[in-house]
Amino acid sequence: MTLLSVQNLRAYYQTQAYGISRTVRAVDGISFDLLPNEVYGVAGESSCGKTTLIKVISGNAKPPLKVLEGSVNYTFGERTVDMLRISQSELRRNVRWKQISYVMQGSMSVLNPVRKVIKTFQDIVDTHEHIKNKNEFLERTRTHINRLGLPAEVLNAYPHQLSGGMRQRVAIALATVFQPALIIADEPTTALDVVVQRGVLQMIRDIQAMSSNTVLLVTHDMAVHANVADRVMIMYAGRIAEEAPTESIFNAPLHPYTQHLINSLPVIGEKSTKASLKGSPPNLADPPSGCRFHPRCPFVMDECRTVVPDLVSVKERHRVACHLVKEDSL
Amino acid sequence: MLKVLRDLLRYDGRFRLAIILLGGVVVMILLSYDSPYDPGKSFVVPWDLPPSREHLFGTTSRGQDLFWWLTFAVRNSLFLGVVTAIISRVISVLVGLTAGYRGGWIDRVLMMVSDTFVVLPLLPILILLSFLLRESMNLLNLAIILGLFGWSFDARLIRSQVLSLRERSFTRTAVYSGTGGFWITIHEHLPFVLPIVFATTLNNILWSIGMEVTLSVLGLSDLTTPTLGTALFWANQHGALVAGVWWWITAPAMVTVVLFLGLYLLFTSINEYIDPRTRLRLIGG
Amino acid sequence: MSANGKLLDVQHVTVEFHIGGLVGGTLLTAVNDISFSLESDKPEILTLAGESGSGKTTLSRLLLRDLEPTKGKVLFEGRDVSTIRKRSEFIEFMKKVQPVFQNPFDTFSPLRRVEAYLFDTVKNFGMASNRRDAAQVVDDALHDVGLSLDEVRQRYPHELSGGQIQRVAVARALISKPKLILADEPVSMVDASLRMEIVNLFRELRDKQKVSVIYITHDLATAYYISDRIGIMLRGYVVELGPVEDVLERPAHPYTQLLKESVPEPAPKKRESWAKHIDLGTTEVKEYGRIGCKFAGRCPKVMDICHKADPPDVRVGQQTVKCYLYSGPVEKDAAEVST
Repeated sequence: MTLLSVQNLRAYYQTQAYGISRTVRAVDGISFDLLPNEVYGVAGESSCGKTTLIKVISGNAKPPLKVLEGSVNYTFGERTVDMLRISQSELRRNVRWKQISYVMQGSMSVLNPVRKVIKTFQDIVDTHEHIKNKNEFLERTRTHINRLGLPAEVLNAYPHQLSGGMRQRVAIALATVFQPALIIADEPTTALDVVVQRGVLQMIRDIQAMSSNTVLLVTHDMAVHANVADRVMIMYAGRIAEEAPTESIFNAPLHPYTQHLINSLPVIGEKSTKASLKGSPPNLADPPSGCRFHPRCPFVMDECRTVVPDLVSVKERHRVACHLVKEDSL
Repeated sequence: MLKVLRDLLRYDGRFRLAIILLGGVVVMILLSYDSPYDPGKSFVVPWDLPPSREHLFGTTSRGQDLFWWLTFAVRNSLFLGVVTAIISRVISVLVGLTAGYRGGWIDRVLMMVSDTFVVLPLLPILILLSFLLRESMNLLNLAIILGLFGWSFDARLIRSQVLSLRERSFTRTAVYSGTGGFWITIHEHLPFVLPIVFATTLNNILWSIGMEVTLSVLGLSDLTTPTLGTALFWANQHGALVAGVWWWITAPAMVTVVLFLGLYLLFTSINEYIDPRTRLRLIGG
Repeated sequence: MSANGKLLDVQHVTVEFHIGGLVGGTLLTAVNDISFSLESDKPEILTLAGESGSGKTTLSRLLLRDLEPTKGKVLFEGRDVSTIRKRSEFIEFMKKVQPVFQNPFDTFSPLRRVEAYLFDTVKNFGMASNRRDAAQVVDDALHDVGLSLDEVRQRYPHELSGGQIQRVAVARALISKPKLILADEPVSMVDASLRMEIVNLFRELRDKQKVSVIYITHDLATAYYISDRIGIMLRGYVVELGPVEDVLERPAHPYTQLLKESVPEPAPKKRESWAKHIDLGTTEVKEYGRIGCKFAGRCPKVMDICHKADPPDVRVGQQTVKCYLYSGPVEKDAAEVST
C-alpha cells in the first residue's frame, strides 16, 4: 500500500536561445514510494533537483521543464491518479488542496493582506467546493483551527496583526482545511528564526500525527530532518544518493556524501575541526560521468568514474547508490 | 558586435523583418541625395497623376513627384526623431542614474525638476514656442525643444530601477572595493538600465515624429521642409481626399507605418537580446 | 596604532529610526546602548547572534560606517569613525575594515566577471602600480582562500558555486590587508557541503593572517564552532556577551536559553526535548516599544521589575548578562538559576 509511487522519473529543462540549446538534467532517474502516515524528508543542496522533483509530483511541470520518462502515480483510497496524464481542470477541481496541498517558504503570502484571515479561508474553500451553508463553514473552520492548537481569534485578525510564526502556521492551517492525503512542505521554515521554526515544525508534526496523512518535507537543513522526518532521501545532482529511516541515516550513513553532510554539521559543545568537502556540486547541464559524486568523493575508485551505481537495498528500507556498498552486504 | 548581428539575423524573425522594412527606408533616404527634383520647387511634374511606373507614388496637386518628395520627408522626420531621442536619452540617463545613486537632496532636486516637466502641458507650450520662434523654427530647433521636454518620465523610470540596484549587495561590494560613484553607475547599474533606455528610445522617436505631425497638421511647423507631417498638411490643404487624390494621403501613411513597424521590431528584438536575463541565459546562467 | 590598544571600541551606541510619516510616526530603536571592544594585538572572532529584528544587521552597517549612530561612538584604532569626511580618509578606513555579504549570488553583479572586482580593489586602494603586479596581488589573495586567479579568470558569478564566490568575496576583502572583516551571514545561503570550507576559512584568517572577524549570524551552531566570544542580541540590546563556550554551554539569560534549546540537533535520538511545545505568541507583539526587558513578555522567569525598567548589565562568571535574575545582592551561578 503506497500513497505515491514514482518510477524511474526523468525530467529535464530544455531551453533554446539564439541557437544555443541547453539541457539541464534536473531529475535523472528517480524512483521512490511515499507511504501513508509518514513524514518523508528530502534533503539536498541547491540545484540538486529537489525543487524540480516537487514540481513534477505536484503536477506543475511546465515548459521548459519536460518529463521525458517515468511515472508518477497516486493512490487516494479507492482512486488512482496518474499525475503525468491528469487534465488541468481535474487537477484543479479534485486534487489540489483536497488531496495534495502545498506549503512553501514564505507561504504566508497566500493570506490576503487587506482581508481578515477568515475571508481568505472562505475564498479558498469556495473555489474548491461551493459553500452552501455559511454557518456550517464557519463552524468547520473553527474546529479545524482549534484542532491545530491555534486560538480561534486569529480568524478575525488581519494578517499584519499576527506574528510571523503565527502567519506561517495559519498558512499551514489553510493548506490543510480539506484534510489532504499529502502535504508537500517545501523549505517551510527556511527564512524563519529558530524559535519560530521550532513552533512551525512542531505544528506540522502534530497535524501529521493527528490526521495520519503523509508529509513530504523538503529542506536542506539536516538538523531539521533529524528532528522531524521518519524517513529521509538524500539527493545529489538529480539522483538519489541514499534513502533510509532517519535513525539509520544519522547513525550509520553509507553514502560518502551523506556521511559528509552529517559529519560536517557543527554542534554546540563540540569544537573539533570539521573537514570540508573538496570541489563543488556539478553543473547539471554537463554532469560528470559514472557516479555524479565521484569528482568530490574521498573514496573514489576507477569504477566510479565510468559506471553509474545502482540504487540497491542494503537493509530493510535502506537504499544507497554507491559502488562501495553491495546489495545486502550489511 | 558582428556576432550579435549574426545571432539576431539567424534566430530572430522579427529582426529579419525589421531589417527588410528599415532597409527600404534607408534606400529611400539614400535616394534623396540623388533626387531629380528639388523638393522646394512645385509644378515640376504634371499634377494629380495616380501611381505609375514613371511616378511610383503618383504626383501631388502641387505638381511634385510624391515618391521623391517623400524620400526627403522620411529623411527629415527620422533625423528629427533620432536627434530628439539622443538628446532626451542623454538627459534621462544622466538624471536617472545620478538621482537614483546619489539620493538625498540631489535626488529631490532632480526629481522636482523632472516632475515639473512631466506635468507641463506640452502641446500649448509647443504652440506658443512655434509662434514665438516662427522664423527660426527649423527641424533642428524643434528636435532640441522636443528633446528637452521628452526625458522626464523616463528619468524617473531609470531612477526607480537604480534605487533597487543600489540596495543590492554588488553595489556595496563595489563601494567597499573603493570604487567611486561614477564607475559604480557605469559598471554596476548601466547594464541593468540599458533595456529601459532602448525601449524608451523607440517610444521617444515615435513620439517626436508624431509631435511634428501634430504641429504640421496645425500648420505650426516650418511647412517648407518636407516631413511626414508636412506631407499630410499639404494633402489636407489641397483637399486631397475630396479631390480623389487618395495616394497623397496613402503614400505618406504607408511610409510612416513601414518606418514605425520597422523601428518597433528592431527595438523589441534588440531589447530582448540585451536584456540581462537573456544575456544570463546565453552565458549559461 | 591607537593609544589604548583597541582595534575597535564601540561605546554606548544607539541607532534610532523614524518610522512612518512626518507626524505621528514612531521611533524605532534598532540598536540600543551597545558597547564592546576588540583588542588590537589579539585577533579574535566575535559573533553577534540574534534573530531577525534583533538589530545585528544595523549594527554591522554602523561598524562599516554605512550609518551614523544617533548616540554614542564607534572608535576604530582610536578614531571616531563618524569624523571621517574626506574620501581619502574613507579609503584609508575601508582598507582596514572590509565586509563579506550574505548572498553569494548577489555579491557580484551577474553581468560582470568576478575578477573585475578584484582588480578594481587593487587599483582603488593602490595595492599595485601596474597590471602585472595587480595580477600578482589578486592571485596571492585568492591563494589565501584556496583558489587561484586561473580558476576565476573570465568567470561570471553563476559559473562558480556559492562556496567559491564566497571565497572570492573573502579574497577581495583581503586584498587591502584589512585588520577587521565584518561577515554578515556569510554561510547562510551556501550549500551544506561547501559551508565548512568558508567557516574554516575564517578560523584560518584569524590564526594565520591575524585578522579579527565580526561574524553576524542567526546560526548558533556555526557561531559556537568558529568564534571566541559571542554576543546574543535581542531587539537592539546585547543581552548576553562572553566567551562562546560559557554563553552557549551555560547560557545565563533566559532568552539565550530559549534560543539554544530551539536549535535542532542533528541527532534523532534527542528529538523529544526539541519537540517540547513552545509558546510563540499569537499577535505581533511590539517588543521594541516595551518598557523594561524586551523579553519580559515571553520570559518563563519574568518578575514584576522586568516590566518597569531596563535590566542592568551584570557580570555572571565570564559573561555579561542583561537580566534582573542576577542583579540581586549575591551573584548567583548561571547553572543554579537555569535549573
